[in-house]
Amino acid sequence: MTSLLTVDDLRITFPTRQGPSEVVRGVSFSLGRERLGIVGESGSGKSQTGRAILGLTPPPGVATAQKLDFDGIDLRGASPAKWRELRGIRMSMIMQDPKFSLNPVMTIGRQLIEAALRTSSRTEARDSAMAMLEAVQIRDPARVFKAYPHELSGGMGQRAMIAMMLITQPDLLIADEPTSALDVTVQIEVLRILDRLVTDRGMGLIFISHDLRLVSSFCDRVLVMYAGRVVEEVKASDLAQAKHPYTQGLYKCLPKIEGGLRPLATLQRDAEWAR
Amino acid sequence: MALPSPTQTEGRASALPAFLWNATKLLLTVAVTLLGLLLVTFLISHVISVDPVLAVVGDRASKSTYDKMFIEMGLDRPLYEQFWIYVQKVLSLDFGKSFLTKKDVVDDIARAFPATLELATLAIIIGTVIGVPLGIVSAVKAGKPIDQFVRIIGLIGYSAPIFWLGLLGLLVFYAKLDWISGPGRIDIAYEYSITPATGMLLVDSAMQGQWEAFRNAFSHIILPASLLGYNAMAYISRMTRSFMLTELAQEYVITARVKGVPEWRIIWVHALRNAAVPLVTVIAFSYGGLLEGSVLTETVFAWPGLGLYLTNSLQVADMNAVLGGTLVIGTIFVGLNLLSDLLYNVLDPRVRRRGGKS
Amino acid sequence: MSGLQTRREWLLSDSPVSRGQARWGQSYRIWLALTANRLAMVGLWIVIILALLAIFAPLIAPYDPLEGIGGLRGARLEPPSWSHPFGTDDLSRDILSRVLHGSRLTLLVVLLVAVIATPIGLAIGTAAGYFGGWVDVVLMRITDIFMAFPRLILALAFASALGPGIENAIIAIAITAWPPYARLARAETLTIRETDYINAARLQGASSLRILWGHVTPLCLSSAIVRVTLDMAGIILIAAGLGFLGLGAQPPQPEWGAMIAGGRRFIIDQWWVATMPGLAIFIVALGFNLLGDGLRDVLDPKARK
Repeated sequence: MTSLLTVDDLRITFPTRQGPSEVVRGVSFSLGRERLGIVGESGSGKSQTGRAILGLTPPPGVATAQKLDFDGIDLRGASPAKWRELRGIRMSMIMQDPKFSLNPVMTIGRQLIEAALRTSSRTEARDSAMAMLEAVQIRDPARVFKAYPHELSGGMGQRAMIAMMLITQPDLLIADEPTSALDVTVQIEVLRILDRLVTDRGMGLIFISHDLRLVSSFCDRVLVMYAGRVVEEVKASDLAQAKHPYTQGLYKCLPKIEGGLRPLATLQRDAEWAR
Repeated sequence: MALPSPTQTEGRASALPAFLWNATKLLLTVAVTLLGLLLVTFLISHVISVDPVLAVVGDRASKSTYDKMFIEMGLDRPLYEQFWIYVQKVLSLDFGKSFLTKKDVVDDIARAFPATLELATLAIIIGTVIGVPLGIVSAVKAGKPIDQFVRIIGLIGYSAPIFWLGLLGLLVFYAKLDWISGPGRIDIAYEYSITPATGMLLVDSAMQGQWEAFRNAFSHIILPASLLGYNAMAYISRMTRSFMLTELAQEYVITARVKGVPEWRIIWVHALRNAAVPLVTVIAFSYGGLLEGSVLTETVFAWPGLGLYLTNSLQVADMNAVLGGTLVIGTIFVGLNLLSDLLYNVLDPRVRRRGGKS
Repeated sequence: MSGLQTRREWLLSDSPVSRGQARWGQSYRIWLALTANRLAMVGLWIVIILALLAIFAPLIAPYDPLEGIGGLRGARLEPPSWSHPFGTDDLSRDILSRVLHGSRLTLLVVLLVAVIATPIGLAIGTAAGYFGGWVDVVLMRITDIFMAFPRLILALAFASALGPGIENAIIAIAITAWPPYARLARAETLTIRETDYINAARLQGASSLRILWGHVTPLCLSSAIVRVTLDMAGIILIAAGLGFLGLGAQPPQPEWGAMIAGGRRFIIDQWWVATMPGLAIFIVALGFNLLGDGLRDVLDPKARK
């Protein structure tokens, strides 16, 4: 599988009063047109990894890498013009909570059109916007088009977000905790839609989450991150045979519906993992 | 003055009763406040004043005038009756007579008002047009030298007495540089070429095509309006900076960057539109503050508006005029605060559609 | 605790062993943060210099502020020179001396207004917040009513009713200055009203007054201090405005606002008469604003953004 994205030794540093703090310490992986999950707890650096790929590390943070390639294009130190060619057209990201990630004073339609205009003309944009809303299974696209984000339920908002980010047919989608803010039943619906769209378009997907079970059922491969490092890279189907004690611990913590271990296992951390 | 927030109407069939209820609560609050204003001015005139009658008729009045006024003000009656008389008078727009101008205070104020309105309006326009972009630039370049520079300019605006700046302005721009005209609204030569319509010289002269008069009126108004505008600009730019910083830290800005929206559009369309909501209320509030500033500015520039009327009356302790003016300004202030609260509710789609699905 | 700790280490220690040490440490940290801010330091120096000049004015001022030099035919309206750095006014008085003596009036006004208005505002606010119910409603209505007037206008109205004179001006300004403190105190009180330690104090039988005074008020103090410092500039400007309009300190008192009014006639040819007092007002107000801004950044960092 040709590599869509190659990351080698990604490091992200933030200056603090006690000196520079490395939140991502040498993350390397490659991604083809497949689904890669990145699992980790808060503070593991998974979100920052996603942002760095899009060049959106928040200042004063600095991201460096030996290699950060997207389809042969070197992303390190890319010019703003280069990023404009890539962001929104070939690379996209959906975020956790549509209540905050959608502009509250613009209608959904306007925000969709704004995204569509990057690759289509004004007349086409409106049509593609409506078509996208239907593609994410929004039953009344005309109403949602005119609606403001706060008028939509969480699931609808997230679907609108997905529509907005996929409208230009990007090659790479990063999903940063896309279902974490949703009810469980709604999660499944949204994931199903995402699943279909990603498969249909042959996109590369990076799915960032703290939910190991979710990631393993949705993705082909899983990267487990802890304290800024990748501690395990494993195929989703091989999760039960994970080698790193952290992954094993996480896996064992998942309750199983057929019952089993009582009391439920908890994670015993080893300071060694954070080295 | 904080409004009670609109109550949730989830589950209610119609949002209208909630809206009416809130409107009523709002009007009641305003009514109570206005009543309070009346009480304060009443206390000042009837209770605190050393001699309330003297304050109203002046120390050169005859004994018969004094006695007549004594009875008219009801000073021989208990305090609450006096208050009732006072309220009735005010509500019928009878603010009494000014012993300085010998006319009804209401008429004096009506005549003086348009001049202040014109001055304050031009000032707020200047303050907004300069203050908002400066605030945006300060937010975008927060921490950098330009931010500090704008901050210092603002600080000077808060720290320099406006009447002092006015005098310096006249000295430099009028006396030494001759760039603008001096005190007063318009040169006598042009005064009669404009037929009073709105009372605002710039508007009237423009409407009537009297361009010479317009230019002259403009050269008179530009310095006082700029000074007042400077005052407003200091506050507006600071608040704009604050609101913009909040907005630029929001998630939807990241979304816009991911979409590849150009930075200028993110600032001026995405973020500003959000910041505009509280900003409009700030501007309305500043407008009220300008009324305050105009009192001293008008004195320096001999601008025949409400402020000058107030200070002239002050200096002879013509209490009818002073309190009439105070009451009018206070009421306008309350009205402006009310307006800014209402605007906030109207502009923010989240608040406007409260009661919809969330 | 090693006896070899330097005083600075003791102050900045992460584990203070006594309440005193914790308090001193806290104050020291605030001081460090404040001194790091250059503009705030400028402000602090200005305020300190104002205080010193005011206290030592009679010793520093080269001439008598009230007596003209050499009678009316003497040094009238002389431009700034070595013998009169600020020039002289139309009654042959040295303006520098008058400005220096005027600083005493300014300081007096500012201190008295702060001393009068702040406790009143805090008392009203904490009472409203603590007792709630109709006490809250009534007190807050009164506060709102006073805030409904622009401050200068209300002060003018009171001052004109009370008559000219600096005491009346101080009262008038104080009457308009207390509402923000009431608001502030009420907000702070509301947040801590239901905390456990207040409840504990109540259970122990502390009277409401004791709770308000001993527990609630100290917590409002840091916001109040920031507010007072920031307000000082406004108070100075309002006092100067009153002086300019002839209320407040009466001639021949060298009140800065009144001096500007007196120099107004001569602005065009003898600009120094009105300009110098205004410069003094400007610098002092600027100083308080800088200091207040710095204090706010240090004591309430959330407000900065």
